[in-house]
Amino acid sequence: MNYSAYSIKGLRDGFKKRQFSSEWVVKDCLSDIKDNKLNAFITVCEKEALEKAKEADKKIKDGVDLPLLGIPISIKDIYLTKGIRTTAASKVLDNYIPQYSATVVEKLEDAGAIIIGKTNCDAWAHGSSGENSDYGSTENPYLEGYVPGGSSSGSAVSVADNMCFASMGTDTGGSIRLPASFCNVVGLKPTYGRVSRYGIIAMASSLDSIGHFTRYVEESALILSITAGRDMNDATTTNEKVDDYESYLRKDIKGVKIGLPKEYFTEGLDRKIKEGIEKEVKSLEKRGAKIEIISLPNTKHANACYYIIQPAEVSSNLGRYDGIRYGNGRDLFGEEAKRRIMLGTYVLSSGYYDAYYKKAMQARTLIKKDFDDAFKEVDVIITPVSPTLPWKLGEKTSDPLAMYLSDIYTVTANLAGIPGLSVPIGLIDDLPVGMQILGPHFSEGRLFQVGQAVEDSGL
Amino acid sequence: MKPVIGLEVHVELKTKSKMFCGCSADYFGQKPNTHTCPVCLGLPGALPIPNKTAVEWCVILGMALNCNIPLFSKFDRKNYFYPDLSKGYQISQYDEPFCLAGNIKLNTGKTIGITRVHMEEDTGKLIHGNVDGEEVTLIDFNRSGVPLIEIVTEPDFDNAKDVVDYLKKLQQIVRYLEISNADMEKGDMRLEPNISLRIPGQTDLPNYKVEVKNINSFRFVEKAIDFEIKRQTEILEKKATPLQETRGWNEAKQKTVSQRVKEEASDYRYFPDPDIPPIRWSRDQLAELKKQIPELPIAKKGRFISEFQISEYDSEILTRAIESADYFEEAVRIGKDHNVSPKSLANYIINKKINLENTLPAELIKAIISTSSYATIDNDKISKVVGEVLAQSPQATNDYKAGKTQALQFLIGKTMSILKQKIDTRIIIEEINKQLK
Repeated sequence: MNYSAYSIKGLRDGFKKRQFSSEWVVKDCLSDIKDNKLNAFITVCEKEALEKAKEADKKIKDGVDLPLLGIPISIKDIYLTKGIRTTAASKVLDNYIPQYSATVVEKLEDAGAIIIGKTNCDAWAHGSSGENSDYGSTENPYLEGYVPGGSSSGSAVSVADNMCFASMGTDTGGSIRLPASFCNVVGLKPTYGRVSRYGIIAMASSLDSIGHFTRYVEESALILSITAGRDMNDATTTNEKVDDYESYLRKDIKGVKIGLPKEYFTEGLDRKIKEGIEKEVKSLEKRGAKIEIISLPNTKHANACYYIIQPAEVSSNLGRYDGIRYGNGRDLFGEEAKRRIMLGTYVLSSGYYDAYYKKAMQARTLIKKDFDDAFKEVDVIITPVSPTLPWKLGEKTSDPLAMYLSDIYTVTANLAGIPGLSVPIGLIDDLPVGMQILGPHFSEGRLFQVGQAVEDSGL
Repeated sequence: MKPVIGLEVHVELKTKSKMFCGCSADYFGQKPNTHTCPVCLGLPGALPIPNKTAVEWCVILGMALNCNIPLFSKFDRKNYFYPDLSKGYQISQYDEPFCLAGNIKLNTGKTIGITRVHMEEDTGKLIHGNVDGEEVTLIDFNRSGVPLIEIVTEPDFDNAKDVVDYLKKLQQIVRYLEISNADMEKGDMRLEPNISLRIPGQTDLPNYKVEVKNINSFRFVEKAIDFEIKRQTEILEKKATPLQETRGWNEAKQKTVSQRVKEEASDYRYFPDPDIPPIRWSRDQLAELKKQIPELPIAKKGRFISEFQISEYDSEILTRAIESADYFEEAVRIGKDHNVSPKSLANYIINKKINLENTLPAELIKAIISTSSYATIDNDKISKVVGEVLAQSPQATNDYKAGKTQALQFLIGKTMSILKQKIDTRIIIEEINKQLK
C-alpha cells in the first residue's frame, strides 16, 4: 500500500482509527527512498526510524495525542541530530556525529515526528541549484535533467516525491522558497527570530531563517506552530507570542490588501511566470482582495548588498572548521565555500570595511524601510520566487554570478527579516512554478491565509 | 628621554558561569576539558547567550573607574586563527565598548586616563607536553569562554612606580566590587604594559611601541618596565629605533626577551556579532547598577579619617582590603559600647597584626578589654613616673644595667605602686629601656 495520497491529518486519522500504523507508513517511505534515483538523502535513518515508528504505534495505542506522532519527516543535513551523522553536504564534516540536537529537532521529536533521514543540499547551504553538494547533485522530480533548486534541494525533493510528509530546511537568501517553487511544494521562510537557529550549522547568521517544506499550506502552519517560539539558547529569538496559525486557515480574503511591487515584474522575469502570477492575482481579486501596484525602490541594491553581508558572515562562521576538535581539514572545502570565504575576508578587511560591509549594512536598512513603508499600505506583497523556470543540471555551475542572480526576488526578505511563503501555482513547460507571498514581521498567519486562497484557486 | 607607558589589563570575572554558556567558570585546577559544552567548544550550530551578570559587572567596574557608559553597546567578532580559539573568532567589543573615558587618581595626585573598559571571552589553554614519547600540544578548553574585562589606559605613565600604584588601585577597586579575586598568580589579572621613549624635544608619541607580556606580579612589572626603559634608552642613544615588538619578562634572566616582531597591525576583521542583539541601556537600568557600587577605597579612607579620627596612614592600611575595612567598622561599632576608641582599635589591628579570619570583632574587643583594663594611661605619665623611680633607685638601676634581670622586677613593681594602676608590663619595660639607653 502507498500512503503518499494522505495528508498529515489523514495519516493521524488513519493511525487513530487503526486503519494502518506508523510502522507501515515509515516502511513505505523507506522503500520509496530506496527506489528513488534523485539523490535527495545523504543519510537515511532506517533503523532509528523503524524503532521510533514502533514506539509511536505503542503511544497511539495508549491514546497519546501529539501533533506529529508517527509522521515521517526529513531534515536538511545542516541540522544537528544527536548521534546521527551531520555533514552540511561537505566532506569537511564527512565523519561528524553531533553530541547534541538542534532545538527545532528536539521540538519536532517531542511532537512525535520521526526523522527518516538527512537530506542532501548545497554544501554549507551555498548554492541555488542543489548541485554544489560533495555528495552529488539532487535532481528535479518533475523533469529529468533539471535542477530542483537549492540550497535545501533534498528537502524539497523528499516532500515533492513522497519520501516523507514534511521537511526542514534553511533559507538564507531563498534556499527554501526557491526549491519549493521548483519542486511544486509549499515552502516557508519564517520571520528572522521566530524559529531557533540553535544547533543548525550557521551560514550567514543575520540572515539564516529556519523553515520547512510541506505539500499543503495547512501543514506549513502546523509545522510552524511546533517550531516557532523563544529559545533560551538563541539570543536572536524573540518573546513575541506565537500566533494561532490554524485560525487563519480557510479565512475569507475579502478586503485583504495585496501589493505588487513593480520592481519585481520588470525585464529579466520569464513572461510565462509573469502571466501565471497575474492569473492568480486576478483570481484573488475576484474573491475580494484589493490589488495595488506598489514600489520598493531599493530592490536594485538587494543582491549586491546580500553578496557582501552573506559572505562576510560566512567567512567568520566557517572559521571553526579547522579540523582540530572534529571533522576533516580545511583542504576539503569546495570551490564555492572558498570563494565566499575570500569574498567575505576581503569585504571585512581594514580599509575595505567602510566601502563594502558598512555600506551594505546601510543599504540593508533602506531595504528594510522600503518594506516597512509598503506594509503601511498593504497587508501582503506578491512577487515571483525565481525570475526563471528550473534550469538544466550543469547550466550555471561554471557561472557563479548567473547562479547568484536566481536569488534576486528572495534575498530581500532575508535582508529585511520578514517572512515569505512560496506556494505552487502550476506547471509551465512541464516544470513547477511558485509564487511568493511576503508580509510584515510575524505575519505568518496572514501568509497562510493568502497562501491557502492561492492553493484553493483551482487554477 | 621620557618614558611613555600605557597599560592593558585583563581581569577575569568570578561569575558562576562562563560568558556565553552555562558551563562553570571556576576552571582553576580542574581536570582538562571537563568544563565544556557545545558553545565554548565551538561545535557546529552552537550560539552564544551573553551572561547578564558579567555584562553588569563590566558596567559597574566602568562606573567605579569614572567612565561614561554609552546607552548603546554591542559585541563584535575578532577573527583570527589559533588552536586555543574554538570558534575561529573571539567575541569582544570593538568600536562601541560598554565603558569609555574614565580615570584613576594616583597617590602622587596624578590622574591616569582610562580609554575604555570592555567585555570579552577568554580562550582555551595550550599545554605542551610529551605523550608516549611524542612531543605534543594539548588543548584544555576549560578556560574557553570565561568572562574577561579589558581595561585600557591612555599612555599617561612615565615611570614604573606609578604603574604599580595604578595596578594596586585597580586591583583594590576590583576586589571592593567583588567581581574578581584579581589574583595575579592564578591569572585572574594579567598585565601588558607597552613602553616607548620620547627623545628630548619630542612631543608627539614615539613611532614604535614595545609590549611586554608574561608578567604575573606587581614586582615583575616594575622590573620589566625599568629594564625596558634602560634597554630602549641605550638603543635610542645610538640613534637607532627600537623594534616594534612583543617581549616577555624572563624572571630567571631578569630581562625581557623578544617574542614576536610585529611587521604590521594584525587585521582582525572585526564586525558586529550577528548572534547577539545589541545592548540598549535605559537610564533607569544604569541608575540601578550605580546603586550596586559599594563605597570605594578612596571614599572609605576619607570617611574613616573624618568619622573615626584615625590617622591617614592607619586609614590607608585598614581600607586596603574591603575585609579589613569591614572588620574595623564592625569592631568600632561593638567597641563603642565598651569604651574602646576607634583609634586604639586601629592601632591594635594594625600593630598586633590580628588574624582577621580567626578572630571575630567581638572577640577582639574582649581581648583588648582584658589586657587593657589598664591600657588607657597616657605615655607622658608613665614616662614621668619611670623617671622618678629610676632616680630614686640607683642601686637597682645599676644592677639592671649590669644585666641583673631581677632588678627589673623591682623597678616595675615600684612604678606600678606609684601609678596605682594595672598597666601592661611591656609598656613599662619599654619605657625603662628607653630612658636607660
